[in-house]
Amino acid sequence: MLSYDLAAEGLRGLNEALQAQSADINQAHWDVINPKGSHAIAVGLDAPIDVTVHGSTGYYCGGMNKQANIRVKGSVGPGVCENMMSGKVVIEGDASQYAGATGHGGLLVIKGNASSRCGISMKGINIVVHGNIGHMSAFMAQAGNLVVCGDAGDALGDSLYEAHLFVRGSVKSLGADCVEKEIRPEHIAVLSDLLAQAESDAKPKEFKRYGSARKLYNFDVDSNTSY
Amino acid sequence: MEPNTPRTLPIQSTTFTKEVNAEIRRAAATGIYDIRGGGAKRKVPHFDDLVFLGASVSRYPLEGYRETCNTKVTLGTRYAKKPIELDIPITIAGMSFGALSGQAKEALGRGASAVGTSTTTGDGGMTLEERGHSSKLIYQYLPSRYGMNPDDLRKADAIEVVVGQGAKPGGGGMLLGQKISGRVAEMRTLPKGIDQRSACRHPDWTGPDDLEIKLLELREITNWEVPIYVKVGATRPYYDTALAVKSGADVVVLDGMQGGTAATQDVFIEHVGIPILAAIRPAVRALQDLGLHRRVQLIVSGGIRNGADVAKALALGADAAAIGTAALIALGDNDPKWEAEYQKLGTTAGAYDDWHEGQDPAGITTQDPNLAARLDPIDAGRRLRNYLKVMTLEAQTIARACGHNDLRNLEPEDLCALTVEAAAMAQVPLAGTEWYPGKPGTQY
Repeated sequence: MLSYDLAAEGLRGLNEALQAQSADINQAHWDVINPKGSHAIAVGLDAPIDVTVHGSTGYYCGGMNKQANIRVKGSVGPGVCENMMSGKVVIEGDASQYAGATGHGGLLVIKGNASSRCGISMKGINIVVHGNIGHMSAFMAQAGNLVVCGDAGDALGDSLYEAHLFVRGSVKSLGADCVEKEIRPEHIAVLSDLLAQAESDAKPKEFKRYGSARKLYNFDVDSNTSY
Repeated sequence: MEPNTPRTLPIQSTTFTKEVNAEIRRAAATGIYDIRGGGAKRKVPHFDDLVFLGASVSRYPLEGYRETCNTKVTLGTRYAKKPIELDIPITIAGMSFGALSGQAKEALGRGASAVGTSTTTGDGGMTLEERGHSSKLIYQYLPSRYGMNPDDLRKADAIEVVVGQGAKPGGGGMLLGQKISGRVAEMRTLPKGIDQRSACRHPDWTGPDDLEIKLLELREITNWEVPIYVKVGATRPYYDTALAVKSGADVVVLDGMQGGTAATQDVFIEHVGIPILAAIRPAVRALQDLGLHRRVQLIVSGGIRNGADVAKALALGADAAAIGTAALIALGDNDPKWEAEYQKLGTTAGAYDDWHEGQDPAGITTQDPNLAARLDPIDAGRRLRNYLKVMTLEAQTIARACGHNDLRNLEPEDLCALTVEAAAMAQVPLAGTEWYPGKPGTQY
C-alpha cells in the first residue's frame, strides 16, 4: 500500500504514477490522501489496481477509467467516471452532475445521491445509485443499465436509445420517448447481479423498468412537439 | 383591351424567386425542413473582396523562383510537449467516417501526409484507415462522444475539442439512417438505420470555467504531450476566442458560415453564423489583447478554395487555414463526369449536396460499398496532394510579390478591399483610400 499526499506532491505526479502501472504493475494498492476537492484525480488509468481516495474530489474523478478499482471515501464533483471503459468505481458519498457521462463500460456505484444528468449519453456503463438522481438523467442514453434505488427527477430518459433504466422509487416525470416497460426475468437477473456488486440490499422486484418507445428514432413530421 | 395595347412584361419577384417558391412547395408537400450537406451557398462577403498590394517602389518583392518563402508552421506551442509541425499552413478539417466513406478518409490521409500536413477525425471516432494513412491526425472530441475512447485519444497527434462549427454554430451533428450502416452503428453504439441526431452541447461541461477543467483532464490523460485545439463556429469571435484561450487552448480553430457539414437544416446553414472574412480580425484582436497572438495559434476555415484565400487568411492574422469542402472536390466530389447520375438524383454536378442520403455518385459521402468502391484512395489522395501543393505555391507567389520570405509575414497592410463591407469586416482600407468603416479616429 502506497500513500500519496495529493496536496503535498501534486496532481501530475499522481496521475503519471497511476497511469504508469498499465505497463508494469509494481504497486497494486494506492491510498490518496488530502484530495481537497482537486479535479481530474486518477484519470486515464489502465491497469487492475486499487485506488482509494480519502476525501472528496472535484471534477472528473476516475475519468476514462479502464480496469482500475477506485473507491472515493467522500463525495465527488461533476463528471465522475466520464467515458469510463471498464473497472469499478465506488463513491461513498454523493455525486454531482453528469455522473458516468458517456461511459462505455464498467460499474459506477454511488452510495449517496446523484445530481442531474446522471448517466447522460451512457454507452454501455452500468450505474447503480443507492439514493436519488436529479433531473434529465439518462438523457440520450444509448446502452448500459442505470439502477436507482431511490427516486428519479424530472424528464428521466429523455430521447433515450437502448439503455435500460430501473427505478425503485418514484419518477417525477419521464422525458420524450421514454416509457415504462415490462420487467422480465432477464431484467431481474441483470438487476440482481448489479445490486449485489453494488452492495445494495434492495430487492429486484421492487423496481420498475423504463426504456425507449423508439418513436423518435427516425424523423416524423408530427413528432416536432415531442422534443 | 385592344389586341395591340402594350402590356407590362411578366416580372419575377426578387423576393419570391423560383428557388424560394420551389422550397415553399417542397415544404408544403413534405412537412419537413430541407436537410443538406455543405456550407452557405448564398453570396456573402468573402476573400474575393480583398486584393493584395504587390510590391513596387515603396516595397520590393522577392524573386518568385529563386528566393525562399517559408511555409512551415508549428501548432500547439503554448503547453504541449509535442507541438505539431506542419510543412504547409493548410490542414484538412474534421470530417467523420460515417459522413464519408472509408476510402475517402484514407484518401484524405494519403493526400495530406504526402505534403506534411494533418487530417482530422469527426463524429464517430477514429478508424484504422485514417490513423494508418495520416502521419499527423487530430482527434475530434465532440459533444456526442460517439466512439470516443482513451486509447484512440492517446494515438492522436492533437485533440480538437469541438464546441461548434461554422455551418451550424449552436447545433449538433446529424447523420441520417441511410448512412448508419452496421459498422457506423457499432462504432457509435447506436441502433442501425436510425436518424442520428447528436447533442449540441458537451455532456459534462458547461461554459469556459468548466472547459478549463475539461482541458486539464484531457492533458492529464495524455501526459500533457499533445496540443489541444478548441474549435468554434464563427459567431462572436472576439469573446469565443478569448474564452477558449482563457480555458487553456493551445490552438483556436475558427470556422465561418461557408464551412461545410455532412448534414443539417438548410435554414441553419444559411442563416446562423457569420462569414469567415468577418471573424478573423476580432479573433486576432482577442489574441493580441491577451498577449498571445502567435503563441496560441489560430486556424481558420470556411470557404477556403485556393492559395489566395490562404494568403489572405494569413495576412489577416491566422496561422493556418483548414479545408473541407475543397478537399472533397479535389478527391472527386461533384465531378461533372458523374453528371448523368447527378441528373438521376434530380440535381447537377456542382450543386449536389444531399450528402446525407448516402447516394453520392463519386463514392465520397456514402456508406454504400458499391458507390464507395468507385473512389480509388491512392488516385484521390494524389489529387489532394497536387491540389494542396498548388495552393501552397499560389500563396507563396503572393507572399513573395508582397516582399515576404515567410507566409506568416503577410500582414493586413498587404491588403485592401474592393467593397465597403469587406473593408469593414477585414478592417483593411477600401481600395484607393486609407479608410475603412470603423477605423479609429474616423467616422462613418
